[in-house]
Amino acid sequence: MEYRKAGEKNIKEYGFPVTIDEKLGTLQWVDLRELTLSYLICIENIAPFFENMREGKLVTTRCPECGEIFFPPQKDCPNCMISEMEWIELGREGTLETLTVVFVRPPTFARYDPYVVAIVRLDDGVKITAWLRGDPEKVKIGDRVRIEIKRREKEGHYMYEIVPVEG
Amino acid sequence: MAVAIIGAGHSRFGNRRDVNVAELAWESMKQAFDRANVVQKDIDFYIVGMAGLWSSEAAVPSLIAEYAKLYAGSMRIEAACATGSASIGAGYNAIESGEADVVLILGLEKMQESPNPTVIEIIGRYGSYFWEFENFGLTFPAYYALYATAYMNAYNAKEEDFGNVAVKNHYYGSKNPYAQFQKEISLEQALNSPYIAWPFKLYDCSPITDGSACVILASEEKVKEFGLDDTVWIISQGSRTGTANLSKRENFLSFDSARRASQMAYRKAGIDAEKPYLHLDGADVHDCFTSAEIMAYEDLGFAKRGEGVELIREEQTYIGGRIPVNVDGGLKAKGHPVGATGVSQAVEAYKQLLGEAEKGRQVDIKHGRWLTHNIGGTGHYAYVTIYGLEKR
Ligand SMILES: [Zn+2]
Repeated sequence: MEYRKAGEKNIKEYGFPVTIDEKLGTLQWVDLRELTLSYLICIENIAPFFENMREGKLVTTRCPECGEIFFPPQKDCPNCMISEMEWIELGREGTLETLTVVFVRPPTFARYDPYVVAIVRLDDGVKITAWLRGDPEKVKIGDRVRIEIKRREKEGHYMYEIVPVEG
Repeated sequence: MAVAIIGAGHSRFGNRRDVNVAELAWESMKQAFDRANVVQKDIDFYIVGMAGLWSSEAAVPSLIAEYAKLYAGSMRIEAACATGSASIGAGYNAIESGEADVVLILGLEKMQESPNPTVIEIIGRYGSYFWEFENFGLTFPAYYALYATAYMNAYNAKEEDFGNVAVKNHYYGSKNPYAQFQKEISLEQALNSPYIAWPFKLYDCSPITDGSACVILASEEKVKEFGLDDTVWIISQGSRTGTANLSKRENFLSFDSARRASQMAYRKAGIDAEKPYLHLDGADVHDCFTSAEIMAYEDLGFAKRGEGVELIREEQTYIGGRIPVNVDGGLKAKGHPVGATGVSQAVEAYKQLLGEAEKGRQVDIKHGRWLTHNIGGTGHYAYVTIYGLEKR
């Protein structure tokens, strides 16, 4: 961040980490206590989702009592108040429900070119949000698409993505 | 027990790097105190609505206690972009329950304490963190764009229809001295601005804003005791919550949460949900993105499903049309300081109903009722509030 640099420079010249707002010309103290956030997110109870994805399969949980399929997978069924869920494999094909192209990306995604995010309704009925591979101008809502699992280009981990079905 | 707004205040919105967090809060508080003709000791409880993280101070109620010498009980409330209306709802309930007679609600945000990319990063996380943000990098415009694309496809809406919402809201923003953008724009300007998240361009998006807004609420007894006659009453509020993941929503044409919240608010107010615009003088709706305003027309019953786009095409939401919407510039031009937005909408309801809006944007008040529609996240929190000149 430029203002961090300006702040540090001004400690020497002015005696404080300050900068001037370029629009208003007003004096700002530049906070020196920069914070980095990276969370530990527990996936213990949905570990089969990741283990199967590694094997190229897309699985999720279904409640054996009411039959509801949960995606994202859930440990508990709030309909039946039970936690003994079964894992099922999801069909890979579905229909494109909507999409966008993210041009202005968060800094943590700056390494990627603008990407297409889409939501697909799988034939099983559940909907999935993921990146869509391919030219966004060549797809439209209602098109048939399928889910593929690949390693992420930059981070290298497995992830599911949406690809148009040819023909 | 009826609850009234007895005073309101509003800071200038925009880049407010000319003041710190407490000074920005005081700007709207001072106006509200003056207008209500009350002082700190009259306040029984106060609520600070602020989403935060992009700004330095976290314990803002205490900051206010110190800076403004306000030592009543307090709390901070967060409901993403609906924080302001959630705070008003909590204040209303405190008075309804009889626990408090006078409650101060402060909506506040100082987003420009952080650089824009950091703010973009933080707001992108107001969905399902893991299943949407972590792996797919959705941004706030992108979430709404998923709805906009579906809407365009279903109802043959065009990018220029969205652009016309920006044109209207900038037109009214140009008449609001508190707005971040006090300049009219042309449709060409809107359509030629760069893409942020297709189909949204820069002028489809509300800006990153600093600002504060304040209302002071009081019980009916206190209104009598203070001898006030220029008050605005909170008639009703409806609220609903939507799923974190957009993929769990039934469709992308409507916010179920907003539709149900409006039905709740109409029912409590005794307003016909079929044609509510016949009972309202105007509305402030949550136009964080232009298409969201069009969807709000439908979720609120101002237009039938799929016909919201006709309202903007026919200029029915300008003053003189079916129902004036966002004649303060809306989030689009007035600015969207997240925690302050719902309170700013209440301030606008107060000013409009009392005939105190600025020249060129005052609506002719016939029914004495104004609606605010305040959405947190992308339909995650929905609050619809109806204000009126006569108590229910
Ligand atoms: Zn079940």
